[in-house]
Amino acid sequence: MAAQNPSLSSLEADVLVIGGGSTGVGVARDAALRGFSTILVERRDLADGTTGRFHGLLHSGGRYAVKDPSAARECIAENRILRVTAADCVEDTGGLFVSTPWDDPEYGDQFLEGCRATGVPAEEIPVAEALRREPRVNPDIRRAFLVPDAALDPWKLVWGCARSAEEHGARILPYHRVLDLEVDGDRVVGAHVRSERSGEEFRIHATVVINAAGAWAGQIAELAHCAVNVRAGMGLMIAMNHRLVHMCVNRCKRPADGDILLPLRTACVIGTTDVFVPDPDQTEIRQDDIDLLLDEGEKLVPGFRQARALHAWAGVRPLFEDTAKVADTRDVTRSHALLDHSSREGIAGFLTITGGKTTTFRLMAEAAVDAACEQLGGPRPCTTAEVPLAGSESHTLYQISHRLAAREPVPQSEEIICECELITRSRLEDTIKQRDTTSLDDIRRLLRLAMGPCQGGFCIYRAAGILHQGGQVDHAGANQTLLDFLEERWKGVHPILHGDQLRQARLDDWIFQGILDVEHLPV
Amino acid sequence: MNDLIRDSLDHCVKCTICETYCPVSQVTPLFPGPKYVGPQAERYRGAGPSADSSVDYCSGCGICTQVCPQDVKIAEINSRARAKLWEKRGVPLRNQMIARPTVIGRLGTPVAPLANWALHNRAVRGLVQSLVGIHRDAPMPSFAGRTFQSRARRHHGPAGAPAVVYFHGCGTNYYEPLVGEMVVAVLEHNGFRVIVPPQDCCGLPLQSNGNFPAARTYVRRLVDRLAPHARAGLPIVSNSTSCGLMLKREAHEILGIEDADLKVVSESMYDLCEFLLRLHDRGELRTDFTSLPMTVPYHAPCQQRGHGIGKPALDLLALVPDLHMIELDVDCCGIAGTYGLKKEKYQISMAVGERLFKDITATGSDLAACDSETCRWQITHGTGVKSVHPIELLYRAYGLDRRARAGSVSLESQTARVSG
Ligand SMILES: Cc1cc2nc3c(=O)[nH]c(=O)nc-3n(C[C@H](O)[C@H](O)[C@H](O)COP(=O)(O)OP(=O)(O)OC[C@H]3O[C@@H](n4cnc5c(N)ncnc54)[C@H](O)[C@@H]3O)c2cc1C
Ligand code: SF4
Ligand code: SF4
Ligand code: SF4
Repeated sequence: MAAQNPSLSSLEADVLVIGGGSTGVGVARDAALRGFSTILVERRDLADGTTGRFHGLLHSGGRYAVKDPSAARECIAENRILRVTAADCVEDTGGLFVSTPWDDPEYGDQFLEGCRATGVPAEEIPVAEALRREPRVNPDIRRAFLVPDAALDPWKLVWGCARSAEEHGARILPYHRVLDLEVDGDRVVGAHVRSERSGEEFRIHATVVINAAGAWAGQIAELAHCAVNVRAGMGLMIAMNHRLVHMCVNRCKRPADGDILLPLRTACVIGTTDVFVPDPDQTEIRQDDIDLLLDEGEKLVPGFRQARALHAWAGVRPLFEDTAKVADTRDVTRSHALLDHSSREGIAGFLTITGGKTTTFRLMAEAAVDAACEQLGGPRPCTTAEVPLAGSESHTLYQISHRLAAREPVPQSEEIICECELITRSRLEDTIKQRDTTSLDDIRRLLRLAMGPCQGGFCIYRAAGILHQGGQVDHAGANQTLLDFLEERWKGVHPILHGDQLRQARLDDWIFQGILDVEHLPV
Repeated sequence: MNDLIRDSLDHCVKCTICETYCPVSQVTPLFPGPKYVGPQAERYRGAGPSADSSVDYCSGCGICTQVCPQDVKIAEINSRARAKLWEKRGVPLRNQMIARPTVIGRLGTPVAPLANWALHNRAVRGLVQSLVGIHRDAPMPSFAGRTFQSRARRHHGPAGAPAVVYFHGCGTNYYEPLVGEMVVAVLEHNGFRVIVPPQDCCGLPLQSNGNFPAARTYVRRLVDRLAPHARAGLPIVSNSTSCGLMLKREAHEILGIEDADLKVVSESMYDLCEFLLRLHDRGELRTDFTSLPMTVPYHAPCQQRGHGIGKPALDLLALVPDLHMIELDVDCCGIAGTYGLKKEKYQISMAVGERLFKDITATGSDLAACDSETCRWQITHGTGVKSVHPIELLYRAYGLDRRARAGSVSLESQTARVSG
């Protein structure tokens, strides 16, 4: 992708977007589709913020039907749009709400009523039918409801938007950090940016700067002396080795911790928790939260604790708060906030779009670019509800068996580098070339390299070798990215190590320490 | 219950041991191997049918499951994936046919001479290959003409003796009734009264050809027949390695049948040699063996590993004076039930068997022994060496063949003549 460094000491654009999560790329794409010259900067890789660490649910709205009707309405509308325009990122798993013995079955009536009022299609089905569809779900559930939840792949979504934006002339610059905003009187006129790869610093001038920095939006706004009160609500998730359920299974109760188990690609993910953290860059996984999730998993699927846990990670929700003093972060609205700083603080050319959900990213982008239009010479129509993302042109929904099917015509004809995720050598080489990257973690986000059961034990050194062979890195660089990768993986594996994954980790450790002696690699 | 099979994929540490043992992936690039189609591909199988038809190249020999140090039920995962595949596509006519030995047996038996002529006729086999997809050279046994069932009906064992129930399977019934007679003779020689209940196919070929619903019907019917005896506390013996395993484990573990009748039948099932060896362990096996000065190579069928009984035939035959058995160290003969009959798999099956064929030929013996009927037919097909069930050697060592010759039974051909 266009990760190359802009050699100019300054760039010009109509719109500068800060933040490369779903919100930011959504804004950049929308602006580019409307014909504005657009640049997006992201301090790390695209989707390396909250978006790449979210749970993975394309909400039907069911979860918000009782508590937050407007969020529910937005969700179902966007759900319908994304199934068409982002088909390649969506798996139509369907969603199931169940009343376990720990949940009040009466809530089901409120739930149905809420869904009816907000237009979320929901249907009560007999418990026996629910158990037929999901045989592992707790046989003691008392009620069950079907809703059109689906699974959403964040990396495909973000890269699909980014590519589409580029096709319409946008420049997408990952690994570019905003150091400061340029303020000229009562106007933001651009940003001071540093390339995190080359260290080069330069300026980007823009008519409108859109702050889409998620949980970091407050930090960015402060650079223009604007106050954006986003709280960071940390949520933990655990991925299990294979699909214990094939639908997104939700507890039918008021939203709480650990109440959704959803299939995401080959894994299934239990989540989440919600703990306020002062710094969105400091997310520490606590053992208590791991236990809490495993216990809640056990309530949904008896035997859950015996199943193999692969990896745990945390993301930080951007929760916008206009009035202070809220105790439980879950009570802060999940609907998004669009802040025009000209009306709030009298600073023109500067918008903040934060909060919300990945499910509603397109809507958020539409609102932000609509507002930007006002400062860019008048309204231009938004087309993102109709134009498909790059990769979704054929409107084919993703299916779990896709990689298996793709491999079928040529079994064994080509070396598989990552066995768990079925990534062939040519696929890996092509991606490295296209992306022009030196980081194994970047490749992971594009291909899901090393995200399977062995967590890189059998593929990551192969991939490092291929990176080196392709001339992307010298030997020290290859060693360094391997070590970085292992360190990062270990952070996610270490908190859940028990049973089968512990055995795997032992074997991997023998390979890394015993055969490769990684601790003494020259870097 | 069925989930336990899928759940076992969680134990895989990707060590690749199964890959190094799979006889099929070693000889063909069409099959990606047990680790791939088993624990790896299973993660990509959702609620719907599997997208990988390559899993159909797994022969179901079960070796991978046996060697996996982590107890991943690889062959079982494959077996279910195959069934789901065919559930979607519909099981082809060819697989439907070869999966129903009872039907074929019933059709062929009354017209045995004609059917056998056809089985051995190159032109007919060529036609069958192109119309049905059974390879023209694949080993097909000849119909015996009279079923073992009809022979057993007229046989009356010693009254008052302790009883044992004999599950003979289709191979014995339609193609090798003389093996059945030898089983009966050896058991009677050891003081048993042999009960031969009316019986049909166990459904195993249907299971390995991916038709689980039909397989369940067959195995249930068979279990109905056997259960009353099992409940009465009688042991059931079988000389068919794979059919015995079906009742011992697979009907429950793979077909997912949960019922009390099956359970009691499973617990009463013994492989024939296992049963005899247990008698010997208790000092109850007659050892009045005469000398058999022969050297015979022995192949333990891969399905026997699933029984978890070792190689009881070798222990038994070691009791026979002057009989020297050569234990062959090859895992699979390639046939795997009906696998090697199929047009597209015949070459693979022969390539798998190649090492075994070489080892047998190298012994220079004109006789080989193996417990499983389809493996015997494959061995004969691949080597030209006649192969027999171990019971035949015991039968001879007990001198029962001489007694039989003096009586009515003729024993010129104890094993089915194999065509192809
Ligand atoms: C645990 C959890 C589970 C969730 N589950 C769901 C779900 O199932 N379904 C759903 O729809 N939503 C879910 N959400 C909500 C959803 O993930 C977020 O609302 C969404 O990802 C926010 O996207 P964003 O682009 O606004 O923020 P981000 O993805 O965080 O993007 C902001 C980006 O700004 C970048 N940035 C920060 N500072 C700078 C700087 N100085 N210069 C340049 N770039 C900078 C960051 O690196 C980051 O990449 C979940 C959230 C959490 C925390
Ligand atoms: S032998 Fe078992 S643990 Fe090893 S790769 Fe095969 S299935 Fe996995
Ligand atoms: S059952 Fe036999 S053929 Fe099938 S994968 Fe296992 S070892 Fe290979
Ligand atoms: S598997 Fe056994 S009983 Fe069943 S078909 Fe074979 S021979 Fe018949």
